[in-house]
Amino acid sequence: MTIALKEIRQGQAFAHLARRINVALVVFLLFYIVIGLLQPTYLEPAGAMNFLRRAAPLAILAAGQIFVLVSGGFDLSVGSLVTVTVVGGSMLTANDPSNTGWAIAVLYAIGLLVGLINGAVVAYLRTPSIIATLGTLLSVNGVAMMWSGGSPRGYLPDNFRMFGRLVFHDVPVVKIFPVAIVVLLAVCALAQWGLHGMVFGRRVFAIGDNARAAQLAGVQVALVRIVVFVISALAAVTAGILLGGFGGVSVDVGVGLELQAIAACVVGGVQLMGGRGTLVGAVAGALTLTALFTLLTLLGWPQPLKETAQGVILIIAVAFGAWRRRRTG
Amino acid sequence: MRLLKLIAPVVAGAALAGAAPFAASAQNFDDPKEFQAAQDLLKMTPSGPEGKPWEQNLGGREVDTAKYKKAGPYRICFSNAGVDNPWRVVGWTNMQAQVDALKDDIKSFKAADAQGKDDKQISDINAFVQSGDCDALIVSPNTTAALSPAVEAACKKLPVIVFDRGVLTTCPVTFVNPIGGYGWGIQTADFIVSKLPKGGKVLALRILPGVDVLETRWSAANRIFKENGVNVVGAEFTGGDNAKTKQIVEDYINRNGKIDAIWMDAGATAVAALEAFEDSGQPYPIITGEDQEDFLKKWKEKGLTAMAPTYPTYQWRAPVIATVRVLKGEPVIGPTWKLPQPVITQADLDKYVDDKMPPLHYAMCGCKDLPGYPQRWGGK
Repeated sequence: MTIALKEIRQGQAFAHLARRINVALVVFLLFYIVIGLLQPTYLEPAGAMNFLRRAAPLAILAAGQIFVLVSGGFDLSVGSLVTVTVVGGSMLTANDPSNTGWAIAVLYAIGLLVGLINGAVVAYLRTPSIIATLGTLLSVNGVAMMWSGGSPRGYLPDNFRMFGRLVFHDVPVVKIFPVAIVVLLAVCALAQWGLHGMVFGRRVFAIGDNARAAQLAGVQVALVRIVVFVISALAAVTAGILLGGFGGVSVDVGVGLELQAIAACVVGGVQLMGGRGTLVGAVAGALTLTALFTLLTLLGWPQPLKETAQGVILIIAVAFGAWRRRRTG
Repeated sequence: MRLLKLIAPVVAGAALAGAAPFAASAQNFDDPKEFQAAQDLLKMTPSGPEGKPWEQNLGGREVDTAKYKKAGPYRICFSNAGVDNPWRVVGWTNMQAQVDALKDDIKSFKAADAQGKDDKQISDINAFVQSGDCDALIVSPNTTAALSPAVEAACKKLPVIVFDRGVLTTCPVTFVNPIGGYGWGIQTADFIVSKLPKGGKVLALRILPGVDVLETRWSAANRIFKENGVNVVGAEFTGGDNAKTKQIVEDYINRNGKIDAIWMDAGATAVAALEAFEDSGQPYPIITGEDQEDFLKKWKEKGLTAMAPTYPTYQWRAPVIATVRVLKGEPVIGPTWKLPQPVITQADLDKYVDDKMPPLHYAMCGCKDLPGYPQRWGGK
């Protein structure tokens, strides 16, 4: 009897520990070690900083997406919002660095508007968010195409591109320090506070768990729903500014990013039907995906094989997450 | 949904692989005869007025046009494949300015934009022919095979002048075009071979597969690389996208440690490719771009080892000039009128860098003497 109890206690302690450690973090470290074996420059501080810079946009998207996922929804419109940010940025600034300030303000206003529309459609018209934001994806993409005429035109001025491209050199310890990482850290801190520190975050979890119960408990469900979509949209504009900064003008920069952001969250242990997830997990999921893409590129596999491997590994990661949750409760 | 997204490229890849042998049998993009012909054209000295390459010709003979002679001024119609990329935008601007320059001879100039669609262009051509408002028709075909019957039908009613991409019929009075893709491939690969250190690594960046003018650029360059034992570490498709280009180049730098030269089948993303070297802290590679101002400026600023081949946009001037000549009954070069295809080298770089022109302006426009320069082309 005592022995059995002890075993149970040990089992519980193990389960508790397993729950505390995010599996995505472990997978990420494994991937990164393999990357380092293939290409040792990644193990140097500069290589690690470059990796983080490359991962920053996806991590930011995941940090926004997790709010919507935890509330029990999906936001598919973020990829198209990234495209509109990059295309719109080049059209608004029109090669003149003095336009950058207000252009960025306008881009965030566009993001705010898209988030409000997504949220309002979901909250008041009771449309499933996967359909509502699919509609926004198509419309926003259409706007980007009309705005740009379908092909990249113009350039982003250097002070706009700074956020995604500027790197401080000769920094102690890390050698180089990209501005994108500052943006990433700021977004993560804000999201961590919003999701796990504020009452608002608890309401998001409550809605995702059981919207009816949350409403009966006095949560303004519609308002919270709108706010989570606004957060996701603003994160998308931020990611767009980084991506435009890094790569310059491109009309399909955002294609597929919405699914990558959702995948990152799921790999990081966020539950698709809502109510469960951690910001650390979502960001670790984004790092894992970026490491996976980098690894497959370093292996030099042809594109179709890379896509297949990505799919298989994603399914394994998600299935493992679900299995682990069943085991640990 | 996500699964679909992941499966789609695999299926598309398989479909492409299946279609490739068919495409190869339909059209040979690696024709040794065409390659040799381009070699010969590159060695030729152009005839025609000095300093006006858009009126010059490489070989060819004069065709008699007395039967088209008409009293002026003329009504000219133009069926355009599209203005969907910066190259065509600059070319189209050249053409309109050329019409203005010849306004004493041209009463009206009507243009129809096919927006990159074969069916729209076929109906545009038919509409022009039936309208009776055209003394002559200029065609810039969207695709070669699909437009041939419409051009053939138009030839029966009025003189037709074709330029840029060709058609599979010799009925037009003349077909104006530069040396073409093989010439581009030869010019660029020769440059890289001459500059590359022994064992140097070359990365080829291409826009997309299956487009004749781009495929021939690559086939000619690849032939020269193979003949000279050049180490081509990769040939990747960028989709003409800056972000993707930069990512690909960065990946190759990471994987190979060092890339010595970048070969491009079009220069629109040359600056993005160079940025990848800057951000990785690598020295600039030997590079062949194109005559866009952004690339030329970068080249001059950073003192690159570079050259800019051109698919000169001044070729949009020639068909207007040719059409007026045809309607006056003056002889023109035909049935194929080959224009010179110059390259920009270190020696004449300064002549083409112009801070007042927009980044995507094509320096080899031959447009400085045209009405409205430079504002018409977006310059200051």
